[in-house]
Formats: sequence, C-alpha cells, structure tokens
Amino acid sequence: MKPAKFDYLRPRDLAEAVRALAAGGEDARLLAGGQSLGPMLNLRVVAPSLLVDLSRLAELGEISERGDSAVLGAGVTHAQIEDGALSNATVGLAQRVASGIAYRPVRNRGTVGGSLAHADPCGDWAPVMMALGAELDIRGAHGTRRLAASQLIAAPLMTTLARDEAIVSIQVPMLGGKARWGHVKFCRKPGDFAESLAVVVIDAARDAARVVLASRTGVPAHLFATEQCLRSRGKAGGDAWSAIAAAIEQDVEEHALRGHWSGYDRSLHRATLTRAVKEALI
Amino acid sequence: MGIGASLPRLEDERYLRGRSQFVGDIAFPGMLHAAFLRSPHAHARVISIKKPEGAENRVFVAEDLSGVARIRSVAKLPGFRGSDWPTLAKGKARHVGEAVAMALAASPAEAEDLTAATVVEYEPLAPVVTMAQALAPDAPLVHEQWPDNVLLDSKLESGDFEAAKRAAKHVVTREFRMNRQTPFTLEGRGCLAHYDGRLDELVFYCSHQLPVPLQIGLSQTLGISQRRLRVIAPDVGGSFGLKSYLEGEAVCVAWASLKLGRPVRWIRDRHEALICDASCRDYRCKVTAYADAEGKVLALDCEVIVDAGAYSPWPWPAGLEGMMALGNMQGPYDIRAFRGRGINVVTNKPAGQPFRGVARPISCVGHEMVMDALAWELGKDPAEVRRLNLVKPEQMPYTSVTRKQLDSGDYPRALRRALELIDSDGVLARQRRGEPDGRLIGVGIACFYEQTAYGTGPYGYSSWGIELVPGLEPAVARLTGDGELVLEVGSHSHGQGHETVYAQIANEVLGIDPHRVAVRHGDTYTSPVGTGTYSSRSMVTVGGAVDQACRLLKRPIAQIGAHLLQCRIEDVAIKGGAVVGPAGSVSFAEIGRAWYHHPENLPDGVDAAGLTAIAGHKPHDPGVFGYSTHAAVVAVDRDTGKVEILDYAIVTDCGRRVNPLLVEGQIVGGFANGIGNALYEESSYDENGQPLATTLADYTAPSAPCIPDVKLDFFEIPTPFAPYGIKGVGESGAIGPPSAIISAVNDALRPLGAAIYETPVTPRRVYAAIEAARAR
Repeated sequence: MKPAKFDYLRPRDLAEAVRALAAGGEDARLLAGGQSLGPMLNLRVVAPSLLVDLSRLAELGEISERGDSAVLGAGVTHAQIEDGALSNATVGLAQRVASGIAYRPVRNRGTVGGSLAHADPCGDWAPVMMALGAELDIRGAHGTRRLAASQLIAAPLMTTLARDEAIVSIQVPMLGGKARWGHVKFCRKPGDFAESLAVVVIDAARDAARVVLASRTGVPAHLFATEQCLRSRGKAGGDAWSAIAAAIEQDVEEHALRGHWSGYDRSLHRATLTRAVKEALI
Repeated sequence: MGIGASLPRLEDERYLRGRSQFVGDIAFPGMLHAAFLRSPHAHARVISIKKPEGAENRVFVAEDLSGVARIRSVAKLPGFRGSDWPTLAKGKARHVGEAVAMALAASPAEAEDLTAATVVEYEPLAPVVTMAQALAPDAPLVHEQWPDNVLLDSKLESGDFEAAKRAAKHVVTREFRMNRQTPFTLEGRGCLAHYDGRLDELVFYCSHQLPVPLQIGLSQTLGISQRRLRVIAPDVGGSFGLKSYLEGEAVCVAWASLKLGRPVRWIRDRHEALICDASCRDYRCKVTAYADAEGKVLALDCEVIVDAGAYSPWPWPAGLEGMMALGNMQGPYDIRAFRGRGINVVTNKPAGQPFRGVARPISCVGHEMVMDALAWELGKDPAEVRRLNLVKPEQMPYTSVTRKQLDSGDYPRALRRALELIDSDGVLARQRRGEPDGRLIGVGIACFYEQTAYGTGPYGYSSWGIELVPGLEPAVARLTGDGELVLEVGSHSHGQGHETVYAQIANEVLGIDPHRVAVRHGDTYTSPVGTGTYSSRSMVTVGGAVDQACRLLKRPIAQIGAHLLQCRIEDVAIKGGAVVGPAGSVSFAEIGRAWYHHPENLPDGVDAAGLTAIAGHKPHDPGVFGYSTHAAVVAVDRDTGKVEILDYAIVTDCGRRVNPLLVEGQIVGGFANGIGNALYEESSYDENGQPLATTLADYTAPSAPCIPDVKLDFFEIPTPFAPYGIKGVGESGAIGPPSAIISAVNDALRPLGAAIYETPVTPRRVYAAIEAARAR
C-alpha cells in the first residue's frame, strides 16, 4: 500500500522542528528513521497532515561523554551503537541490544530517539534505558526539560511527551567497570519485536540494581522485589539463589495479575527474567 | 561443463549486477496504475457500490467488465463441483480481500485514494471459517447453488482392507492439523498490460510460472484469440506454485488496457498478499495403521480434509490436493491394503493453491506419525519399524497400493545414511545424559518419495479431466550464424537455474561451451507451446526435449562439417563445439557461416530445415520417483516452548544430478520452505473470518538466521524412465521438514508424556502440549 497525502517539512534546526510541530496541530508527526512510521504510513493506519523530518539534523547525532554520563543524540542509529558508540559507557550492554534489533538495514536508519518515542511496549530501548537509569532531554515549543526514561511510556504506543515535544538526547549514566548486566530477549525469530524482554543491570559501585521487564501486555516495568533482592545481596555478598527465585516469583505474580497473563506468559517471563538475572550474576 | 558439473548459474550475472527485469521494473509512457478495493467482510452481499464523484470513469466494478467471462475451473472427477471465480465480486464477496472494484490513476497512491473514496454497502452474512463449520449440517453456504460446502469427496480403496484389519495385532491412530499458510515469495504477484496497436495484440507482462497456460486462460476470459495475446513472464522472484493460477486482478488489468488503449500496471504489495493471495497447506488428517505383532503395517486407513478456501483456481482445480494427499499416504512403505477418504471443503477464506510439495507434506506427516506411534507402542526403535516397512531395493520397480509406480532406489540405505549423518547413536547417548540447560533433546525421521515429472495419463493429469492436460514438452535448438546456440523452451525459470542446466545438456550432446548458449523462456513469442514449470518436471521433460533437439542438430552439423572437411559423415565426430574429421576440424562458427551465408558450400541434398531443430519429450506417464530421508535433532525449551534445530540431515536420490550445485540449492531452498511450514508460518483467522496475519509483523516467515545448516548426501540411482536417469528434485526439500521436526519434538517430549500434532510448532503450542500432559 502507499501512504495517503501529507505535507513534508525538512527543518533547518530543532527549533524550527518543534515550532512546526506546534503549528501543525493534532495531525503533525515527527519522522526520524522511519522504520516504524514508514510502514504505518504505507498501511494507512496513520495519516498525518504534516511530517517533520528530523533525519538530517546534525544536532541530534551527538555522541559524547560528559562527566559520569554518556550523551547520546536522539538521532543516533541502532547501527552506530551496534558498532560500539555506547559500548564503553554500558560495558557492552548497548551493543548487545542494538545488534538484536530487527536487521542491519533497519538498524542503519532506525534511531534510538525514534524507538523510544514510538513507545512500542516491546521496543528494545525503553526497558534498557530504564535499567540503565537514563534520562531524556526533551525540547518543546515552550522550552526544555529532563525526564527519567522510566517516566516516558504512558501506555502502549503512547508517551508522556506533549504534542510539540521532541526527544533531543539521552543521558546514560556510565556504568562502573565492574558493573554486570543480563539481557534476554525472546521472540519467535531473530529480529522480531520481543514477546518478553528482561534487562538486569547491577552496578555495585553505584549501589544500583535495576531489573526491567517488557512484555506485550503493558508498558516496560521495574520489578521491585527482584531489584530489592539483588541490591541487598550485593551488600551481603551472599549467593542465596532461592531468595532471588522467590523475589522473581513475587514480581511475576504481581505482574501476571495486572497484565492478565496466560500460563504461557507467566512461564515465558519467568524464564527470561531468571536467565537475565543469571547472566548478570554468573 | 556437461551433466554432473557444478557450474555456477549463468543467469546470476544479471541477478547479482542488478540487470534483471521484474514486472515492477517495466514501465511504459502514459501508464496507469491499478489498485483494488477489497472486501472487509469474509462473507457479505454487495448491496451497492458508489464510485467517487468525478472519478466514475476511473473506478470499475463487476458490471463494467463487459465481455469478460468468469474464471471456471474444470475437473471431471466424480462429484467435483467447479466454482465460478468472478474477476470482481458479483453479488457477494466470499472472503476478506476479495476484489470488489478496480481503480486506475497516475500513481499507485492516487489509485488507492480512489478505492478509499469508493463506498460499498455490504450486508454481512454468517461466515464459514473452519472445516468443522463447513461440514456442519446447518452451515451457511459459500456457494448458494451447492447443496453443501463440499467441493469434492473422494474415496480410494485398494487391497483386502477388511482381511488385513482382522489380521492386525496392533492398531494406532493419530490426528494431525497442518495450518494454512501463504506461498511466500520475495517478489509478489504483479502484471502489466499494454495494447500494441500496430500488431493489434495485447502484450501482457506477468510474474508467472506458466506463461502459456496464462495466455490460454486470458484468451478464454477476455474473449480474444490467442494469436492476439503475447504473454511475457520476465524475471520472476520466486513462485513455488503461487503464480500458476489465472488471477482475477490479471484479467481486470488486461481488460482495462484493452478498453482504454493505455498501459496499465498492478503490483501487489505484501499486505495485500497476506490478505488475498491464494493460500496453501490447510489440512486435517487422521491416519490409522493396522500392524502385525512385529510392527509390519498390514493396512492403512486415512481421512484427509482440505480447506480449499472460497474458490477453485484455474488451471489446477481445487480438489486435487485431497486426491494427492490420499494417493501418497502409504509413502515409501510396503503396505498392501488401503482405505482413504479425502474431503475438500470450501470456506470464506482465500482460494487454496498448490504450493511446493502439493499435499505431500501432509501425506508424509501422515505415514511418519503412525510409524512413530507404532514404534512407541511396540517399544521399538522408530528407525527399526520404518526399516521393516520400507520398500526394499529388490522389490523395485514396485507398484504401491495406491498404484504409484516407484521405479528405482534404495530407501533403507537412505534412512541408514541420514541416521549416520546426525550420529543418531551419539544423540541417543546425549539424550540419556540430559542437557545442562534442562532442554529436552529429540530425534525425528521422515522417509518419503517424491513423484516428479508425471505425464498425461492414465496415471497423470488426464485422469483428473482438467482443461489443460500437459504431456509432450517441446524445445527448439538453433545454431546461429556465428556458431552459438539458442534454446527456446516452454518452461519458466524463476530461481531454478534453467538457463544453466539446459545449456549443460547442450554441452553434453554437442560439446558447446554453456557460456555460448542462450536459453529463451517465458515469452509466448519465442517459447514453443510448453506448459510451464511445476511438479518438479522441468529438468526431466524440458531437459529431455532439449536433449532431443540437440541430438537432431547433430545430423546437419555433421553433414555440413563432413562436406567442408571433404570426408564421409561416418568419419566425423562432434566434439567441443566443432566437427572433427580424420584430417582436421571445422568449428560450429564455420558450419553456421556455411549454412546461413554460403549455401554454395553446402553439400547436395542437405535438409532445408537447416540448423534449427524442434523436438519434444513425452514424460513417462506415472512420473519418475525420487526419494529422501530427513533426520532432525531438536532441543525443546520447556519454559519458553522454543524449538531449536540442533542438527538436520537430508539424503536424497534424484537420479543423475545435472548440476549438483543447483540440486543442493533446490534441497536447501525447499528445506527453508519446510522450516517455515514446520515452525513458523501460519495464516490465522478469527471467528469472523478476519485474517490475523496481515503484515510481516504477524506472519512469521522464516529469515536466514532461522535456517540452520543442513547436512546433505546424495545417491545417484538412475531411473530407467527418463533421459540420463534424471528424477525431479524441486519439492523434496520442502516435503520432509514438518514431519521430521514433529517426530523429533515428540521424541523430546516423550518423557513428559506430551505430544504435539499440529504445525507450525509454535512455542505456545509446545507449552500447551506440556501443560496438557501435566494436567492429565
């Protein structure tokens, strides 16, 4: 299928982009890599009146390290990360994540900011940025603000961003050299959106343990019991797997109720979580 | 470079350098683009259609298609009901995606805008979605003029079934569901029609595997003579059976071009493909094996139900699938009593269409699942039970209980070799040890034959009473004035590599370098009237015709050569693209020059037909029978339900391999289709008949990382019934995987008391099977 008619703007800078977005009203949309929006346009499930194309804005392509954070422009592609852009800051986690997103041609164009803003419940970056404790720099027609990655997704395919706001960059706290992580993505075939995605980041230097699960039945969520258990384990230095398993079970039970999980969902998410935790610990 | 050489494909030069030409690459000035408005309902009366204001002459509905006949599939099988397939829905729509109107515009997007602005009023009717609904006594009727939803109910009984049943000591029954999928091709369907006023003919480009039948079908539905229709199937990006039917869209596009006198193109997209392309592999089967105390099967009883969708295609009618499923259900086994019933039902889903392997994947699952069941009941090794039942080499030629004429081969040896390749003893030891990650290991086997290149009748197509019965397959061989060779054939090559293998046959006969041979196909201007590419026939039938045509050329070449060498024809030989005599040689170039430009140098009495030879090959009516054993090793993850293929081996006998490299390509490509069938692909529908897999996000087609390496081995036991002992090989790779993988998964699940009899074997189905066993 081919898209319905729309107007197209290639702004000179971000300021013009957010102005156009504000002026474009309800039906204006940002276009980044176009790897999700493109097919949606073709299928005519979206029919915006105006597309504001961010893909040529150099200011969104920044990759740098400032103090204890890495700054990643929203327009950085999955392929750049696969090739090592955020490898140092995340001790290899980001590289693993990027290499499992769709296929290389998609990764060549798809962007981190676009993926976050698309807010697919099983998108690859949101749970990872949440587990890394990342923050997003947001710019709108009326100024800028900073938002925790955990606060971005309101519901499947819906963010907390205002209509005239764009993600500019992502601040990723640098992991300590001894930080450990686990990342398990389950899908029917390589390159698909995940049916279950579990990310675990344990950074003893920062006294941090974050565990995030993404599924198709809700938005990516922190699993507090497991996080708590891993943090206290870090302090005690113990290796009581039974306590961790119990915490995972507690989290699974809670989310199963909330997300109306089937028996299969429960088994699948328990498996990805368990394996991600084990990957981080062993 | 002749038969047996792994010559890289000559056509790859253009494919790899982007010089190939698909329908989507072809455009004409002033060309219009077509888009189709499709029914959103599975079953609905079309009450009214309101064209967009101002665009009445660019949107067309059924009533506008003056002079266009309906597409009617014909078969003389007893009880067969042919369905009329309207080019655009007339009166009612019978599946989601059925074309209701066609819009033409300067771009595809604008044509879609027109379809979006066309308003259709429907009266939804109760849909028939499942086979059970189709067969229910009070079912709504898909075709109201029929008494029920049965397209064909056929029975086949052979041998003394009752006596064999009474003698049996063991009886096992298994039921299986193979879910509908789509014949997934990289390039979609598409066509371009353009009226040539000078020649008063319609030139019709189409992504198709049967250009000549398409010419006949278009001629019949459009009511114009065949000489006024030139059909060109240019480069075609995969077909697998999909592009072998006469599509309503093609008829509409051809009609529009004739009506408007302008070129019209339609390129189907993936979303449309998943909604309305003919589908395949929608079967249920129930098989009972009656065996003696040792596990020798005495009789087989089976029932197959095929969901044929709403319409029967042309030229291959629906209903053949059920017949073929029954006719091959005994497989490569020596079973002497048989009873079977094949029911083909219509439902409110897209038409069914033969797909690589045509019904044989379900036959293979049928005979293999009862072999496994018998082995488990008897406490025997599944391979042992198969060995006991396989037709032995000393029984060849062997006529099966379903009258298949298995001609040659060593089935038990193929089984033995496949088990060696996966190191089945080592795997069994590993299975007993258990995996460190807790996964369950299983071994599966599928033994089967592949009937290929079958002929006219009585065992072939004529017995079905269809309209286009294939038989004699022609080829033209022409030596050019500069001593090169042009071969014109009626088959179509869309990935198989015909342009290479036919040139290898020419090399075998004439010694000419294959790089100096052009193979022309897919254009009714230049192709002789062959019937196209299907049923693993081309290498045997068209290859046979090419062989004959090249042989015919030898006489005038030798005659002219001997004359130029001033010796007797008995003293010359044709070698390496030259005529060699006792005192020297002349090249084909000199022979060509003599014939075309210097008739003064020709011998007296030379045949005026000259350096063009037309020959044909009549295939052996029962076909020639290749065979394979597939062996699979899988690991099943109990928590996620995921199945991983750890090892896979395929042993095949396709007789003499003309080009081993391309044979390997056929097997591995078919294997990829089979993996999709076994583990990934499913066209599912909700209770209203709405398709649930309408984009590639929902339709899980396997991609390269899903296809594991496969170990291959070949036997080359020639068939006595084809030139050079060649047996067809196009489908066997696709037939075995569902069966071998189900067998392996069930072997893995045995310790849990679980089993799964449905494809694709999705993680959810595996988990459900484990849960069901746990609950028992």
